[in-house]
Amino acid sequence: MAFQVSTIKYSGKINVTPLGAQKIELGGQAAFPFYDFEGSLPHKTKLALQIWDIDPGEGYSAPLAEAYKGALGDPGTWAKKAVEYGADIVCLCLKSTDPNDQNAGAAEAVAATQKVLDAVDVPVIVFGVDNKDKDIETLSAICEKFAGKNLIVGPITDKNYKQIGAQALAYGHTVIARSPIDVNLAKQLNILLMDLGIKADKILIDPNTGGLGYGMEYCYSVMERLQAAALLQADDKLQQPIINMLGEEIWKTKEANQKTEDVPTLGDQVSRGVLMEVTEAVSLLFAGTSLLVMSHPESLKIVRSFIDKETDGGDLKDEGFIKVPITPIA
Amino acid sequence: MALTGIQIFKLLPGTNCKKCGSPTCLAFAMNLASGKAELEKCPDVSDESREKLSAASAPPIRPVTVGYGDTAFKVGGETVQYRHEKTFFNPTAIGGLIEDTLSPGDIAAKVKRWQALQYNRVGLNLRPELAIVKGGANLAAAAKAVVDNSDLSVILYSEDAGALKAATEALAGKNPLIGPATVANYKDVAAVAVAAKVPVWLKAKDLDEVAVLTKGLNEAGVKDLVIDTGARTPKKVVQDSVALRRAALVAQNRDYGYGTITFPNEITDSLALQVAVAASLVAKYAGIVVLSDLDGAVVFPLLLQRLNIFTDPQRPMTQTEGIYPINDPDENSPVLVTTNFSLTYFIVSGEVEASRVPSWLLIKDSEGLSVLTAWAAGKFSGDDVGQFILKRSGIVDKIKHKSVIIPGYAAAISGDMEEELPGWKVAIGPREAAHLTKFLKEFKVE
Repeated sequence: MAFQVSTIKYSGKINVTPLGAQKIELGGQAAFPFYDFEGSLPHKTKLALQIWDIDPGEGYSAPLAEAYKGALGDPGTWAKKAVEYGADIVCLCLKSTDPNDQNAGAAEAVAATQKVLDAVDVPVIVFGVDNKDKDIETLSAICEKFAGKNLIVGPITDKNYKQIGAQALAYGHTVIARSPIDVNLAKQLNILLMDLGIKADKILIDPNTGGLGYGMEYCYSVMERLQAAALLQADDKLQQPIINMLGEEIWKTKEANQKTEDVPTLGDQVSRGVLMEVTEAVSLLFAGTSLLVMSHPESLKIVRSFIDKETDGGDLKDEGFIKVPITPIA
Repeated sequence: MALTGIQIFKLLPGTNCKKCGSPTCLAFAMNLASGKAELEKCPDVSDESREKLSAASAPPIRPVTVGYGDTAFKVGGETVQYRHEKTFFNPTAIGGLIEDTLSPGDIAAKVKRWQALQYNRVGLNLRPELAIVKGGANLAAAAKAVVDNSDLSVILYSEDAGALKAATEALAGKNPLIGPATVANYKDVAAVAVAAKVPVWLKAKDLDEVAVLTKGLNEAGVKDLVIDTGARTPKKVVQDSVALRRAALVAQNRDYGYGTITFPNEITDSLALQVAVAASLVAKYAGIVVLSDLDGAVVFPLLLQRLNIFTDPQRPMTQTEGIYPINDPDENSPVLVTTNFSLTYFIVSGEVEASRVPSWLLIKDSEGLSVLTAWAAGKFSGDDVGQFILKRSGIVDKIKHKSVIIPGYAAAISGDMEEELPGWKVAIGPREAAHLTKFLKEFKVE
C-alpha cells in the first residue's frame, strides 16, 4: 500500500488582510506554513525592508550602511532603494522621535512619512518608538494627515490602543497590535481593538520578536500556538496575520557587528549578519509569519527565493547570491 | 505505541501469583502502564507477550547514537511535533562534506579549521560535530585523516559496501554512521554494520521505499537506522520530514520511526542558500544536516537557531552566578548587577560591551527569572542582592570604590540595598538595556 501522510483537519483560517491603497494581500492561510498537502495557502509571506527617518549615524551596522550608501538621511531616497532591492512593503521607523534621543515631534514624523509616500507606491508601515505617549502624538497625526491611504501603523499596545486605534479607525488605516510574547495578551489586545470598532481584517499581530540566540524561541512557540488557536480552534480573535520586526533584532546583536578580523571563528561579518537574518527569517516562516520586516537587502533576496521554492517546488538555484568567503583561522 | 493497563493485563499469565510484588496481575499491569514496574519482575510471562510488550514500550522514533567522544550525538528519540507540547530532545547535528579525492593534507587542514568553530554560550559549547566522508576507493584513508586531525564524528558515504567495510574498520571504536543502504546494496551494508556494530543510514527513492528498506535492514539484523527519503528539493525535503514525523507519532508506524539525515549540499551549490534550507530542516525535524563546507558565518547562525529550537520551553536558561569583566575593567570601573536569566545576561552584557566602557557585570542567581519577575517574586530583593555583593561575589576585592548600578526595573530595592551596604552608593540604571551605553558614558563612580 502506498504511503499516505497523516493529515490534520483545520477548522479556521487567517484573515485575508489588504495593505496599502494598492491592496497587497496578506494572510488567508488555511493550514500550517507550507503544508499545502492539507489546506490552501493563497498568499506567500510578504517581505518588507526597514528604513529610518534620519541618518542612523555611527551606531548603525556597517554592512547595512554599506548596502544603503547614498540613501541614508533621506527617507524618500532610502524607500526607493528598498523597493529597488525587492521590498514588497517599506517600513519607515520614526527613530528621530525617540524621547531618549532627538525627540522630534509630530510635524517631522508627518514630513518623513510624506517623503516616503511621494517616493514609492508600495504599502508603507509607519513604526513608532514603542513609547506610549510619543507614539500617540506622532501616529495620531500621521493617521489623520494620510486619511484613506491604508497605512500600517504601530506598535499599538494595551497602553495606547484607544488613542491610536481611534485615529486609525477614523482614517482607514491598519494597525499593528504588539503584545509581550503571550497568546492571551495578544488575544486581549485584539478584543480591545475590535471593541473600538476596528475590523478584524485591519489588525496585524506583533508578538514582539526576539533575536536569533536572544530569545527567538519564546516568540517562535507563541507563534506556533497562535497559529494553532487560529487554525485548529478557529479562534476568531486570533486569526490576524503575524508581523515580525526581525531585521532590527538581528543587526543590534553583538555578533552581527563584530569585525571579521576580530573574531575569525565567526566568519565574514557581512555573510554572518545576512545569514543570521536569513536563519531567523526561515524559522519564523515555519512558525507562521505573514510579514517579515527585514534589514539587509541580501537577506531579503535569499529568503524570497527560499519562499518561492518552498511554496512552488522545484530546484533552488544560485541567482547570484552572496558568496560566503571561507575565513582562515590561525 | 503505549498500551493501556487493560491491554497489558491481557498479555500477562493471569495467575495472580504475587511473585512480582503486586497483589494481582491487574495491579501489576497498571503499574507497568504507568512506568512504576518492570516486566522483568514477572517470572511467568510468555516470550510472545514479552516481545509484544517490549515493542509497545519502545519509543515511537528510535534514538540512535552516532559518533564518539565529545562530538557523539543522538538522532531520533523525539516525541512531539511542536516544541511547546513538551520539548525537542536531540539537536540536529551539523556536518560538512569531505570528498575522499582530497589529499590527506587538505583534509587535515579542513577539519582542523572546522574543529576551531566552537562557541561558548550559557555554559554550553556550541559547535558542528560532524564530517561526512564521501567517495569510494580512498574512503578509509580520508576517514582516518578526519579522526587523526580532529575530534569530529564521522558519517561514511559510499554505495560500495567494500569501501564502507574498509573505512568502518579504520574507524574502529568511533561508531560512524555508514551508508547509504539502498535497495541494491542493503544486505551487504547490513553485513558490514552488524559485524562492526555501527548504525546505518538508508537512502530511498521515495517514502514507500523507506519502509521497504527499514524492514529489510531490520530483518538483516540492523536496528539502528537513520532515514534519507531521497528528496532533493527544498519543498520535498521538508514535506517528507513532516510526513515521517507524523507517520511515527500520529500513525504510529514503526517502519518510519527513525530520525533523518538531510543534504542541503545536494539541494543547492550556494552555501548561503544551504543555510536557508538547513534552517528549515532544523525547525522541521531533521536529525542531521550536511553542508558543502563549514565556516563561522554559516554554522554560527544555525547553531544559535538550534540552541533556541531545542531549548526546553519549560526550563529557563540561566547564566552562572559570578563576576563578568567586560572591556577590561580595573579597580575604578563601574559595577552593574542583574539577574541570571540568560537573556538578561546576553542583552545586558552585549550593551555594556557595545558601550566600550570597562565594567564589572555581576550576575546574581535569581532562579532564571528576568529582572521584573525576579523582583516581583522576591528573588532579587535588596538585602539578598546586598549580601551577594558584599559577601558572595568577591567584587569588593577587585574595586576601590563603593558604587553599584541596579536595573531600573528593580529601583524599589535600592533602599534595602543601601542598608545592607553601608557607605555605598546604589545608582538606578535604565529600565531598558538599550539605554545602557548612554547611561554608562555619563556615570561616575564614587
